Amino acid sequence: MAPKLIRSLALMAMFFMPIQASAVLKVEITGGSDSALPIAIVPFGAEGIKAPEDITSIIRNDLESTGRFAPLDNQDLVSRPTEQSQVNFADWRLLRSEGLVIGKISSQDGENYQVQFQLFDVYRGQQLAGKRYQVPASGLRALGHQIADVIYETLTGEKGIFSTRLAFVTQITAGDGKKRFALQISDADGANPRTVLQSTQPIMSPSWGPDGNQLAYVSFENGKTEVFVQQLQSGQRKSVASFEGINSAPAWSPDGKKLALTLSRNGNPEIYVMELANGDLIRVTNNAQAIDTEAVWSRDGNEIYFTSDRGGRPQIYKVSANGGRAERISFEGNYNASPDLSPDGSKLAMVHGANGGFYIAVQDLKTGAMQVLTDSGRAESPSFAPNGQMILYATEQKGSGVLAAVSVDGRIHQRLSESGTVVREPAWSPLKK
Amino acid sequence: MNRYKFSALLIALFLLNACSGNATKDGTDDVLVEERNGASTSGVTGQGADGSDLGAEASVIVGEDGYAGSELNDPSNPLSNRVIYFDYDSASVRPQDQPIVEAHAAYLGKNPNLTVRLEGHTDERGSREYNLALGERRALSIRQLLMLQGASAQQFRVTSFGEERPAVDGSDESAWSQNRRVEIIYIGR
Repeated sequence: MAPKLIRSLALMAMFFMPIQASAVLKVEITGGSDSALPIAIVPFGAEGIKAPEDITSIIRNDLESTGRFAPLDNQDLVSRPTEQSQVNFADWRLLRSEGLVIGKISSQDGENYQVQFQLFDVYRGQQLAGKRYQVPASGLRALGHQIADVIYETLTGEKGIFSTRLAFVTQITAGDGKKRFALQISDADGANPRTVLQSTQPIMSPSWGPDGNQLAYVSFENGKTEVFVQQLQSGQRKSVASFEGINSAPAWSPDGKKLALTLSRNGNPEIYVMELANGDLIRVTNNAQAIDTEAVWSRDGNEIYFTSDRGGRPQIYKVSANGGRAERISFEGNYNASPDLSPDGSKLAMVHGANGGFYIAVQDLKTGAMQVLTDSGRAESPSFAPNGQMILYATEQKGSGVLAAVSVDGRIHQRLSESGTVVREPAWSPLKK
Repeated sequence: MNRYKFSALLIALFLLNACSGNATKDGTDDVLVEERNGASTSGVTGQGADGSDLGAEASVIVGEDGYAGSELNDPSNPLSNRVIYFDYDSASVRPQDQPIVEAHAAYLGKNPNLTVRLEGHTDERGSREYNLALGERRALSIRQLLMLQGASAQQFRVTSFGEERPAVDGSDESAWSQNRRVEIIYIGR
């Protein structure tokens, strides 16, 4: 009797298992650039309050994580000004800090906060940027990222990406030995992860809609591949492709009205374009002997890059979004797959197979030159940051899937570390509109 | 004798369960959709049986010890072998596996009311989407051989799991070689 009871208790425990804990990612710089810009970020003055978020740390971590800034250690700060009148630029020049960030945070009621910051050029003694904000306590973290974006854009001339998000798939092996899968979203720094879909079956290929409000992905929840589109705010979702055979590799057109898909409904995996409003399909590729998959749209929406083994081994090709003759794009080595196009349309990131390993490589579409950016040999699923500066990808460390990022020039390497959970298939969101 | 009858009943029950699919499903906890703010769950979906459960039930049907007399379970019969393995990035059946495929083709030809699910899988290397397509190519290559040798088209369901459902976890050739496979799963009629 007793063993039976234990068994049914165990069974019950399975059903009441809590929702899979969200992954907590943390950015670590694993290789940097020696040309990082020295910058002093003075802890923001807090007038008699204890803010629920350490805004200064968020700004500092964001800037440091790019490998392009070298924030001074707090103990090296010569003084702690919170207003321009307290700044003595000569002191900061001695520290060879080129930029200086100061700020203040205050609150009357502990619920709403006033935050202001100023960014100075230390050598000219001039303000480069300065803003004042009013946010609820729950908005302080997002505001930290927003301020980091302003500083980053002011100093580099490129868009900051600290207010963007990452989508990725996680896998855990539960106590019952079964695998559980989740589609999660986090802030760009890995913080604030939340699960948007949980399943006992694999999930694949998340793809952000261009408005950043919806995700398309592949789920095996009904025993085979099926493509869903999910609204992130409401959690509402819809199955858009569940034909016979493979339904996979969703990719949004730049205007968000169409989804390129891989379907094998006619017996062989081909690229199709679906009009989302009515579900109408156009077949783009037609090659009965080959695998055609992993569509990516050109920035003008007129062409589609994709992976095909029509030449015997997987390579990247390009075809008109209305179909027609495909043109081969990648030529180096005998395995190139999983293309992602840079936001300016000038470069293609891909998985490059060589010597039994798989690496992230980037190809200049004008010159055709390819550069291999990673060296671990276990890289997959590259995804461009929306400012085109970094490429996020999945790799393996100590037998577990982790996310990493590399700058497009291959000089800066980041790892988003994670414990106990396999993390893979990252997709970087578009910039906030 | 009594014991034999009991096993037969069990098998029948399993069959019934496998065919009815989601009749007894607690499938609602298969998939949870959460709101963006993560506060609570909403829009719980997940109709339908999940593939792994079907698979487990299906293999119990043919794998039960008590199912005496079945060619499928006689270890000396090639039909007891229901996993075909492949070389890296290949969908060609190796010469040593031909007799196994032939045996299944003949068996399906003799039993036209039997259906099988062909599940294609790959190892973990390379693109996941490409591997999904490669898994299907493997399953279709087995289907084609089975049809050339006596089975008919309506006896098959083809599914690819790509690299998403490895038979063995691990990142070495031993794991990879066991993951590059097509599983022939008899699902009754």
